[in-house]
Amino acid sequence: MNIVGFACQWCAYQAADLAGSMKMEYPESIKLIRVPCSGRVETEFILQALLNGADGVFVAGCPVAECHYRMGNRIARKRIAILKRILPEFGIESGRVEFLQVSSADARRFVEFAEEFDRKIKKLGSNPIRRYSDG
Amino acid sequence: MVDVAIYLAAGCSGCELSLLDLGDRLADLNFRVIWASPTLGDGKYGRIPEVDIAFVEGGVRLDEQERIVRELRRKSDVLVAFGICAACGGVPGLANLHSKDEILEGVFRKGTTTDNPESIIPQKTVFVDGKYELTLPEFYENVRAVDQIVEVDCYIGGCPPTPGQIEDAVSRIIGGEVGWITTARAVCESCPYELGDGMEGAGRFTKIVSGECFLKKGILCFGPATQGDCGASCPKVNTPCRGCGGPLPAVSDYGAKIVDMLSLLLDEKGVEELGSNYHTIAKLIYLYSMASATIPGRVRKYHVREIE
Repeated sequence: MNIVGFACQWCAYQAADLAGSMKMEYPESIKLIRVPCSGRVETEFILQALLNGADGVFVAGCPVAECHYRMGNRIARKRIAILKRILPEFGIESGRVEFLQVSSADARRFVEFAEEFDRKIKKLGSNPIRRYSDG
Repeated sequence: MVDVAIYLAAGCSGCELSLLDLGDRLADLNFRVIWASPTLGDGKYGRIPEVDIAFVEGGVRLDEQERIVRELRRKSDVLVAFGICAACGGVPGLANLHSKDEILEGVFRKGTTTDNPESIIPQKTVFVDGKYELTLPEFYENVRAVDQIVEVDCYIGGCPPTPGQIEDAVSRIIGGEVGWITTARAVCESCPYELGDGMEGAGRFTKIVSGECFLKKGILCFGPATQGDCGASCPKVNTPCRGCGGPLPAVSDYGAKIVDMLSLLLDEKGVEELGSNYHTIAKLIYLYSMASATIPGRVRKYHVREIE
């Protein structure tokens, strides 16, 4: 499995970092990409990740109303909500993209989400685009 | 004088008619059409001459079209994707959300006005009287934009481009410009109405909002993300923009940009409304650019096939 996570540098990436220093484990399928703000992650980045073989993509940002740039996480959440409605039309399950809000001190929440998302993606199987290229 | 070839692939010849709409001004363009097929003239495929500029209109759906486009690429110095179908796939590109079988089935067997008792579907080759082999061009699984087949030097958006836009673009192409031939200004810049704070909702185009911004009144209008060489002609006559101008030059995936735009303008309630009002959002936001999208249609095997 290949999961790409876009993590905002102020909260989500800090939470993952903290999880590391607390010696908590999260699935190795997850590749984190540090971004300035979850609102910066354009729809095209997510589609491009899916096209290049990611089985799941999540965007992680700050908790509601705590965005470093005021609105970024709200924009990202709405973006994912719209994208979730569009993906099934392309034959891609909407569960493959997810949005996570996590505070920088909440390593446990991050690890819980990571495990749950990994389980969910495992259940969905590999990305349909990859399924065809392998077969 | 510049020698020009004009070819109609999977398009509707609207762009060519728009070129003819220039009327007298055609003479000022300083070019002569020496090969045109099949709408403007009867150009023989075997005799495509060497030209300076080749205009290709429409996407590529048949193997015949692919062959001619490759031939034109070889024989021209500058190849122009003329109109949104050639540049991004256009409306025919929406068929990428359906398989070839679904389309043939729908057109030749299940159409409401179809009369086909023997349920015959077009084949690539057919034998007549057991001895004559007749062939039809092969119908591909998907529609592709011209730049997915060969290298394209210039792009002109619009469905169709306006005569004024063509006049301007042709002189710029002769002048040596490459890439999108556009003013690179969004439709909103030439639209007289102002957005204000944000969208009110995401309703369908059912009420008349004469003289005000569509987005402000909660009707989807793709003006902010679309090239405005048309001079905002649709919003000015009370019709929301649907994006025929194509993406602004720095953008590669038009629909993804629309999603970004909507996530900025709509509130949470609006996102819900969008889902309940529209059943096929992808067909709306990729109305003119499905074939050139990041994921160009419903996921099927052809997406990963290497393009020569």
